[in-house]
Amino acid sequence: MNDALIKEFEAIVGKENVMHAEADRQAYSYDAAVLEPVVPDLVVRPTTSEALGKTVRLCNENALPITPRGAGTNLSGGTIPGRKGVVLLTNSLNKIIEINEQDMYAVVQPGVVTAKFAAEVARRGLFYPPDPGSQAVSTLGGNVAENAGGLRGLKYGVTKDYVMGVDFFDVNGELVKAGSRTVKCVTGFNLSALQVAGEGSLGVINEIIFKLVPPPAANKAMMAVFDSIDKASETVAAIIAGKIVPCTLELMDKKTIELVEAFTKAGLPTDAAAILLIEVDGHPAQVADEAEKVVEIARRIGAIDVRAASSDAERNKIWEARRAALPALARARPTTVLEDATVPRSQIPTMIRAINRIAEKYNVTIGTFGHAGDGNLHPTILCDRRDKEEFKRVEDAVDEIFEVALSLKGTLSGEHGIGLAKAKWLEKETSPATIAYAKKIKAAIDPKGILNPGKIIGA
Amino acid sequence: MADLQKLATMLQELDDQMAACMKCGMCQGVCPVFAETMAEADVTRGKIALLENLAHELVVDAEGVKDKLNKCLLCGSCAANCPSGVRIMDIFLKARCIVNGYLGLSPAKKAILRGMLTRPKLFNALLDTAGKFQGLVTSKADEIVGTSCSRLMSPIIGERHFKPLAKEPLHAAVPSLDTAVGASGLKIAFYPGCAVDKFFPQVGHAAFKIFRHHGVGVFMPEGQACCGLPSLASGDMESFLRLVELNVKLFGQMPFDYLVTPCGSCTAAFKEVWPKFAAEMPSAIRHAAMTLADKAIDINAFIVDKLGVEVPTEAPKGGTPLTYHDPCHLDKSLHVTAQPRALLRSNPNYEFREMSEHNRCCGCGGSFNLYHYDVSKKIGERKRENIVASGAKVVATGCPACMLQISDMLSQAGDGIAVKHAIEIYAETLG
Repeated sequence: MNDALIKEFEAIVGKENVMHAEADRQAYSYDAAVLEPVVPDLVVRPTTSEALGKTVRLCNENALPITPRGAGTNLSGGTIPGRKGVVLLTNSLNKIIEINEQDMYAVVQPGVVTAKFAAEVARRGLFYPPDPGSQAVSTLGGNVAENAGGLRGLKYGVTKDYVMGVDFFDVNGELVKAGSRTVKCVTGFNLSALQVAGEGSLGVINEIIFKLVPPPAANKAMMAVFDSIDKASETVAAIIAGKIVPCTLELMDKKTIELVEAFTKAGLPTDAAAILLIEVDGHPAQVADEAEKVVEIARRIGAIDVRAASSDAERNKIWEARRAALPALARARPTTVLEDATVPRSQIPTMIRAINRIAEKYNVTIGTFGHAGDGNLHPTILCDRRDKEEFKRVEDAVDEIFEVALSLKGTLSGEHGIGLAKAKWLEKETSPATIAYAKKIKAAIDPKGILNPGKIIGA
Repeated sequence: MADLQKLATMLQELDDQMAACMKCGMCQGVCPVFAETMAEADVTRGKIALLENLAHELVVDAEGVKDKLNKCLLCGSCAANCPSGVRIMDIFLKARCIVNGYLGLSPAKKAILRGMLTRPKLFNALLDTAGKFQGLVTSKADEIVGTSCSRLMSPIIGERHFKPLAKEPLHAAVPSLDTAVGASGLKIAFYPGCAVDKFFPQVGHAAFKIFRHHGVGVFMPEGQACCGLPSLASGDMESFLRLVELNVKLFGQMPFDYLVTPCGSCTAAFKEVWPKFAAEMPSAIRHAAMTLADKAIDINAFIVDKLGVEVPTEAPKGGTPLTYHDPCHLDKSLHVTAQPRALLRSNPNYEFREMSEHNRCCGCGGSFNLYHYDVSKKIGERKRENIVASGAKVVATGCPACMLQISDMLSQAGDGIAVKHAIEIYAETLG
């Protein structure tokens, strides 16, 4: 990167917001995906909308690839600057512009941290449900760009279900406005949708309008322990068939239970084949009624133990086990490969059996936990990346997990995104025509191919 | 300087520990430095990535990595919140030693660490002299806090409201002690630490009062040396090992039950940091050093857990409003949080009010404050805002380094809020 160009970036965002020293650039070469890092040529951090637009424009004029980056927590390599160029940081654009309690929406800049936003919304007596695992650090722009999910997906949906509008910069740095603050809006193409799960490859998000909802008045958490994964899965199906939609319905498999117990010593039954963690929420009367039904269903299907929390402390204890799942798995071995293959929920027992067979076949350790209610599992492979032979087996196992998920009419990614990690698989899930269609859109919108190139469709 | 073979071995060990970092980025949410600078190289995940790349020779600019590595408070917030349980403090302290081993210490740091800390008598003598003359160069800034702005020294210390060096440091008032065991049946070795000795001797006197009241036999040898944490934080293994040896020689001869210190950082150094470096210690002193580490205990924990002080379960109401700041080393390393609060409850003249973010770092971080004062101050200001918002007139804590930083912040804003050690509040209740 030549000095004259660096000076042009400095003129837009200020000297302190342009990083070109080697050590600074190295720190933006990775995200949370287990992939090879790529060091960008420059890191630019606009602090105003105007500067954001001008930065995009300058990049396009100079055909410099742009990788937008919030907190860099994504698990698919969406923020790895695969073709170098400029990493465009959005984390200084972190203002909550408006929370409208009367009309129940909020307008935010892309760099607002998810949990901070949710807390501020809660303080105003409203509720923003999407709760991705990285919410304590992830940014809302990243959540939209990856269409992040979370534990409440089953009842409340995912990030896309809360996006009412997105203002974004096109590749020339011109502001495109899409959606509105109204519940209904049919003004032209649904251009906001291009930004949801677009991973920054079709524009750079400037502002987001989010829908907010009233918070549930009550909730109740339950834990059910099973001696077979089929019974756990049958219970999931029976709860849904019983017209109950829990806000959270989580599953931990045998390996995960063993590791969580070794880590927390919380007294989980390590001879269990599966544990379901369930929470219902809503009006207090409805919550009491539904909780009773859930307990009854789990017992009828043959849970060896069912307990419902009767206090906040007990509720916390139940969720502690779920919160410990990832830390427990992550501590077992140096490298943690966290996948998110997702299947229709009726296919969960088949999927888990397949995962266990794959673990045996490739001689790798896989703990599976995740969102049983929506079929979004997290098979987590524990390994040491530095052991090349082992890691090859891990990669083969991952490939086979995808094969199985697709054969069960599932999807490659429930909530982590495609990024660099799964781009090669996308055609298999969709079709050559789908990729060609997407590439045409991309080429029209971004003729020089500078907006997060190489991600999703490889263009 | 350091043996290259040893450096290579350490680097290898480090690689094993760094591999556990899954780059999830959760450290961003709790890092006080990142909250101010929003730069990935300032947060643990970024530093570990840089170190890995340095280890694999992907980074050319080792000096640049060293600068990033040093821009850390060593507060341990990240380690306490790391899903993978990465031993971050091990990595950072050892990495500082390794990187410095390659690059060599700066001449100024060499002089301070090797020349002064490892020669306690010289260090004391120099600061004693400075203490006598500082009235000439400083002016009283905030009577309640007792800090002083510098007039003549402003180019060096900038806009800081430095605590003046005590007129009479603890070692001058009480050079040494060896008192008999009383009612408690316990004999302790007392290690005031540099900051209590030189800035807050009143904390030492409060400790003596408490020991006398409870019949604790006190052994306090003359010529105590630094705990070694500043040396390691600067990556100077050599002076660290020399300090360990000095302390072992000094305390190794006497039998006692506990090594008690009123400084959260010193306690953490003995208890947590020394064992991490056991392998580097000469075998002749290793065992004695580990015995000392084992006996080290924070003074709040000692009073409440070992002396069995009865504290009311109900917090008193109606007194002077008081709040408490959790020092990082006490909270995140040693998990001492209930004991100082119990001591505060014991004094009916105060009404306790928990502040927001009570265990968020104050931004001092030892020499971090000297090299990155701008960031340190921003972090400190957030602490100050929380203290003021609590409505407290007194803020207590358990570490003299935090006391220095908080005094600076409150004094600059002219808040008129006094800063005390938790044991001072307890000592006030004793006749």
